[in-house]
Amino acid sequence: MAFKSKEDATAYWSANVKLMLTLLAVWFVVSFGFGVILVDVLNQIRIGGYKLGFWFAQQGSIYTFVVLIFVYAKKMGELDRKYGVEEK
Amino acid sequence: MDLQTLTYIVVGLTFALYIGIAIWARAGTTKDFYVAGGGVNPVANGMATAADWMSAASFISMAGMIAFLGYGGSVFLMGWTGGFVLLAMLLAPYLRKFGKFTVPEFIGDRYYSKAARIVAVVCLIIASVTYVIGQMKGIGVAFSRFLEVDYGTGLLVGMGIVFVYAVMGGMKGITYTQIAQYCVLIFAYTIPAIFISLNLTGNPIPQLGLGSTMVGSDTFLLDRLDQVVTELGFHEYTTQSRLSQLNMFVYTMSLMIGTAGLPHVIIRFFTVPKVADARSSAGWALVFITILYTTAPAVAAMARMNFMNTIEPTKGEYLTYDERPQWFRNWEKTGLLEFQDKNGDGKVQYSANKDTNEMVTVDRDIMVLANPEIARLPNWVIALVAAGGLAAALSTAAGLLLAIASAISHDLCKGVFMPDISEKSELMASRIAMAGAIGVAGYLGFNPPDFAAGTVALAFGLAASSIFPALMMGIFNKRINKEGAIAGMIAGITVTLLYVFQHKGIMFVASTSFMGDLPQNWFLGIEPNAFGAIGAVVNFVVAFLVSRVTQEPPEHVQEMVESIRMPAGAGEAQAH
Repeated sequence: MAFKSKEDATAYWSANVKLMLTLLAVWFVVSFGFGVILVDVLNQIRIGGYKLGFWFAQQGSIYTFVVLIFVYAKKMGELDRKYGVEEK
Repeated sequence: MDLQTLTYIVVGLTFALYIGIAIWARAGTTKDFYVAGGGVNPVANGMATAADWMSAASFISMAGMIAFLGYGGSVFLMGWTGGFVLLAMLLAPYLRKFGKFTVPEFIGDRYYSKAARIVAVVCLIIASVTYVIGQMKGIGVAFSRFLEVDYGTGLLVGMGIVFVYAVMGGMKGITYTQIAQYCVLIFAYTIPAIFISLNLTGNPIPQLGLGSTMVGSDTFLLDRLDQVVTELGFHEYTTQSRLSQLNMFVYTMSLMIGTAGLPHVIIRFFTVPKVADARSSAGWALVFITILYTTAPAVAAMARMNFMNTIEPTKGEYLTYDERPQWFRNWEKTGLLEFQDKNGDGKVQYSANKDTNEMVTVDRDIMVLANPEIARLPNWVIALVAAGGLAAALSTAAGLLLAIASAISHDLCKGVFMPDISEKSELMASRIAMAGAIGVAGYLGFNPPDFAAGTVALAFGLAASSIFPALMMGIFNKRINKEGAIAGMIAGITVTLLYVFQHKGIMFVASTSFMGDLPQNWFLGIEPNAFGAIGAVVNFVVAFLVSRVTQEPPEHVQEMVESIRMPAGAGEAQAH
């Protein structure tokens, strides 16, 4: 199995990289953004007993990571099928 | 039944279970483990990866660190989970497609060079041995408490058990054993957390309990904790930063990159049938890890709360030393908890002020183990925690020792120096390598550079600065050649090692530290544990520059990179 054409190979790879960068942007924002850089600002907001920045650093970022990986796995599966490079 | 007997029974039963599974799995399914085509289901593989991943650092040490670091402890929580995102997107599917068995093998092939493979082996061994030192610290703490001996003796007993365990069960059937170990450790972690959360907040889910109000009042748990600790002069729990914001950023990054660069985790993704499974398996691993990692902050805050309440039951009224509870006495025997009656009033004054503080030693690593006792939970829960801690330490130690052994026997002996070595001698070499690694790590574990989680963080820094960049660039940049990769790995790990050694001592022997572990000597205020991220940047830059001025990689290597970028045609992973 391989790509039908050189263009297909390039398109597949750039779609992969684009998806990856989008998801990594979210990864960065919830952890380094909300959990570290903006923590003091977000701590002004509260959900229950949690200060929001503290919640992102110790809870929220971790839940987001799980979702990110499954979104990636699902979207990549679709991409593989679109370009006919999935495993049989 | 008394605690000691019960602990022996519970620990004994779980050990019998692991050994039983190892023997059962060895009978027919050895091949299924080594040959990925045989197929470990991605969910099962995720669970085994989680056990492999969560070590004494996660189980025994992390919540204790967070208990005293407060918000600053978030670096461990984010760092040790966020790395799986990198692993799933940047490495796992491609390395699975490549389909070999060890990490140095990929580096050797991608950079068409035995030298690159040797450098990778050396980096891998340095990082893994440091990691095992951290495990030894955790194992030593656990054994010293349950055998009621001092830390050194506990460590020796632990070394013996790890040795037998790794040599016996380590080679075969490890995946199934690790699934059992995951079940034991996750029960052992969450059950006491549920009890304690119920006690303190009335909410059985610790993740929600942490954000709830205290039983019988409308003050939130975290607000109450902030108040209690600040009254004794400590920093507010929920905002206490780990040194500077920059340090927290770099520390988190270092742990994340290190997660994606540690060989014992990476090789787990060779055991799934397909590239697509490698992606989802990373997700499942993180699901199982998340159960513990989101419980840990609750365990941390509640342990700190109970600890404070024991020592200062009502405001201004301190615990009388002669009336100290049993857990206090037990931990004193290990030398990891120490009281000095400075003002001679027979009361336990605890404060942030070094001159008046009488709790002179409170080893962070005892908190998780002591927590159920402090909260006065039934004995079987305490025994279960002991079994869980040992499961966590053993599963990781076995995984790491396997990675070290395969690097030495498969990559160095067979791959480079003695290509004709027989299978029997290769096996012998790997056993000797395991024994050597346990010996070295155990010896250095007598005076560990930091608490278990801190030591493990150093290991992550070393993996982050050497292995991760070489792997990532090998996949995402066709232009990186062997000169670049080798120079990058050497530069990255050297910068990190020098920085760590100058502050922590050569091979972490404190007396050989030539700059002292003093914050004012730290580069931009970044602590040595966090320096791996800087080492990784150095690695990337050096590799890129050197590759630009040297020759392009040959055609067949560029084609190889093309081929690993698409899933089709993955086939079975080859054992050798």
